[in-house]
Order: sequence, then structure tokens, then C-alpha cells
Amino acid sequence: MSAFVTPVLLTVVVGLIAAVLLAVAAKFMAVPVDETAVKIRECLPGANCGACGFAGCDDYAAALAKDPTIKTNLCVPGADGVAAMVAGVLGQEALDVIEMIANVQCSGVCDATKPEMDYQGLKTCSAVKSFFGGPGTCKYGCIGFGDCTRACLYDAISVCNGVAKVDRSICAGCGACAKVCPQGIINLVPDVMRVHVECSSKDKGKKVMDACKAGCIGCKKCENTCKFDAIHVENNIAVIDYAKCKNCGMCAKECPRHIITVFPKPNVKPIVHVDEK
Amino acid sequence: MSMIKIVLAAVITNNYVLAKFLGICPFLGVSKKLDNAMGMSIAVIIVMVLATAVTWPIQMLLLVPKGIGYMQTLVFILVIAALVQMIEIILKKYIPSLHKALGIYLPLITTNCAVLGVCVLNIDEGYTFVESLLNSFGSGVGFMLAMFLFAGVRSRIETNDYPESFKGVASTLVAAAILSLSFMGFSGMIDAIFG
Repeated sequence: MSAFVTPVLLTVVVGLIAAVLLAVAAKFMAVPVDETAVKIRECLPGANCGACGFAGCDDYAAALAKDPTIKTNLCVPGADGVAAMVAGVLGQEALDVIEMIANVQCSGVCDATKPEMDYQGLKTCSAVKSFFGGPGTCKYGCIGFGDCTRACLYDAISVCNGVAKVDRSICAGCGACAKVCPQGIINLVPDVMRVHVECSSKDKGKKVMDACKAGCIGCKKCENTCKFDAIHVENNIAVIDYAKCKNCGMCAKECPRHIITVFPKPNVKPIVHVDEK
Repeated sequence: MSMIKIVLAAVITNNYVLAKFLGICPFLGVSKKLDNAMGMSIAVIIVMVLATAVTWPIQMLLLVPKGIGYMQTLVFILVIAALVQMIEIILKKYIPSLHKALGIYLPLITTNCAVLGVCVLNIDEGYTFVESLLNSFGSGVGFMLAMFLFAGVRSRIETNDYPESFKGVASTLVAAAILSLSFMGFSGMIDAIFG
């Protein structure tokens, strides 16, 4: 009988002692969890994209709970809906979020430009970039191996005909794609701005002509057309001043290279919770 | 002299991962990046030493006198799980930076076979308390060595272009096998040095 009782008793006692010790330790050494932070965290999308400038959703929630001076409208992917909820938890007035959207500044599709070399190495943009700046004739344009596609948390960016294309109805504007693009041609632009110059080449007109049929040659036609002084050629590339642009699209009509694109009006986006997908 | 021998043997010839095949799961799972490997290894060293410090007295002062040494597996698992939980609570309260650095690795070790293995093998080898602690420390360092080497190898593999069929787990396992093979070359070395 004792051969049975002793081990059972001993295990139970050891377990009990451990349980009591842990319970006591948990009671006396508990670190208070900020309930506001937990509530705010539940409002946030959970993509941990870092668009707010914090290390992740948890970090942003903790910072918001601790410091009342931090703005509640920093979550770009969550847009107005999340900002309103967060402000509600904190009892503050809701602030408007300037929705951002990723924009690929390149129109060099396969029909417009040619590869300069036959690249057979690792199929990532960052790898091929280390070989003489990429395989294309244009060293500024989209490489097209889709580093951005793999970085996107929302499946909003894909490579079509050699150039990354953003699905503007899905893009949350977190900027994950912009961070990985070795060419630095993906930029976050305000969603309300619909006219964009889709070229990044800083080469002179002649060189651009040779490299790509859809490249900015710096002809300044757009600059002369614009009534609002909103587009200027700087470093051989047309740049739109978004503070002045009125979305009239006149420059797009005049552009002889057809690289200024006018996008349709933005739709109201539903809030996507990444962990629910 | 025998102390040095125990530590060296634990690190090199009896390496827990590469020669005894214990703790393979974090070895393959957490060795993708060097800093992750470091976090895991440090956590393993701490837990191995502390677990030995607790389980050795339990075995020698409690289980053996009662004649129920065969219960060691169950009791050790219980004690180690509680111990790791306790370490986590204490770290969270007093050294939050270390708690953040160790992160998920601390609870992961709770059920790690390398930790349980080192506690059980210390007793099988008949080590004294101090020798057991040294052996545990050496084993932890050996684990760290294996993790570091393998994380280095893996980061080199990742930037290379190799056949599609080897991508992912296949190349990892092949690399692990070669690394283990090279550690087998150390066998007998410690005995040769220390006679």
C-alpha cells in the first residue's frame, strides 16, 4: 500500500507547494496591467505595421494610455473608424486621420522598357539591386520581383506586367512596402490626392528616352499647363506639390509621355482587422 | 582539473544538441536570426543551472531516501515548470528589461527536453551538487555554441541560390546534419587531453 501512497502523496505535496508559491508570487509581484491600454489595443487593427511611429500596436496602445499628449489619429491603416474608437476609450474628441495610400512611382511596364541583362540569381528586388543597380535599362524604376508584395500585410500590392501596382481599394497606407523597396519608388501619399507622376528617373531627357517609353523627360509641359503652380520639374523629374494641387488633372492631359496618372475618387474603406483574417 | 573536464566535455564532446540530440526543436526553430538565437541560449543557460540547483537536492534528499527515485521524471517536470514560471514572475517585477529581452523564450523552455535531460543525466552520471551545476552550465554554453554556429550557417544559406527542392526545411536539416557530423569529430578529444 505504501508503495502506492508515498509517490502519489509526494507528487501532490510538491505540486501543492509549487502552486502555493506561484500563487503568492503572482499576488505580491504582480505588475499592474493598464486596462486602458488593453482596451485601446482591442480597437487597433493588430497589423503591427509601425505606421503610427511606435514599435507595434501594443506599443502604441501602451503609449496612448500613459501619455495623454500622444495623438489618437496616428493609426493610418485603421483610419477614422479606429481613431474615433480610440478617442472614445480615452474620452477625447475624435481627430480626423489623413488617410495615406501607397503609390508606386514607375510606369515602366514590360512593353515600355527592356532588361539590360539576363539575371538568373535570387528572385528578390534587394538581391538583384546589388548587381549594378538592377537588371533594367532604367536604374530608377520598379524591378518587379515583388519584395513589396511579400511585405504587404493586406495583399494590396501585386506585380502586373513588370511593375508593382497598388490596389487602392484595399491599401491601408501602412507603408510596409515602401520600407522594403530597394529602389525607394513607393511613397505614401494622401488618399485624397489623385494626380501622381508615375516616374522616378532623375536621368536627363535623352537618356530616359533611350531607356523607357514611359519615363519623365523633364519637358516642363505640365509645369506650364498648371494653373495652380503645383507641379515643377526638379532634378529632371516632374514633382507635384500636394499642398497646392487641386486634382484638376490638366497636367495629365498635356503630358506627352502619359506618365501623370489621375486615379478615381477614393472609396470609404472598411477597417480590416489583421488577426481576424 | 576534473571540474574543467566536466565543463569542456559538456560544451564540446557531449554537446546536448549536436551529440546527444536533445533540444532539437529550439535548435531548428529559433536559429533563423542571430539575436533570437542569443535570447534563447541565455534563457537556456539560466534555466538549466537553476533547474539543476533545485532538482538535484529534491532527488538526493527527498526521492532517494523515500525509495521512489523512479518518480524523478514526473517530479522534475513539475518542479521545472513551476520554477520557470517563478523566474518569469520575478523577472517581470524586478528586471523588466531582461524579461522583455528573453520574451517568449522563457516559457518555451518549460517543456524543453534539453533542460529536463540535463537534470536527469546529472543524477545518472553520479555527479556531486557542484559538479552538477558545472555540467549544467557547460551544457547551456554548449547549447549556445550550437545555436550560434547554426544561426550563422543559416543566414549564409539564405542569401545563396540553391535548388528549389532544397529550399526551407530540407536545407536546414542537411546543414544541421553536417554540423552534427563535425561535432562528432571531437569525440574522445577530452579523454585524450585529460587522460
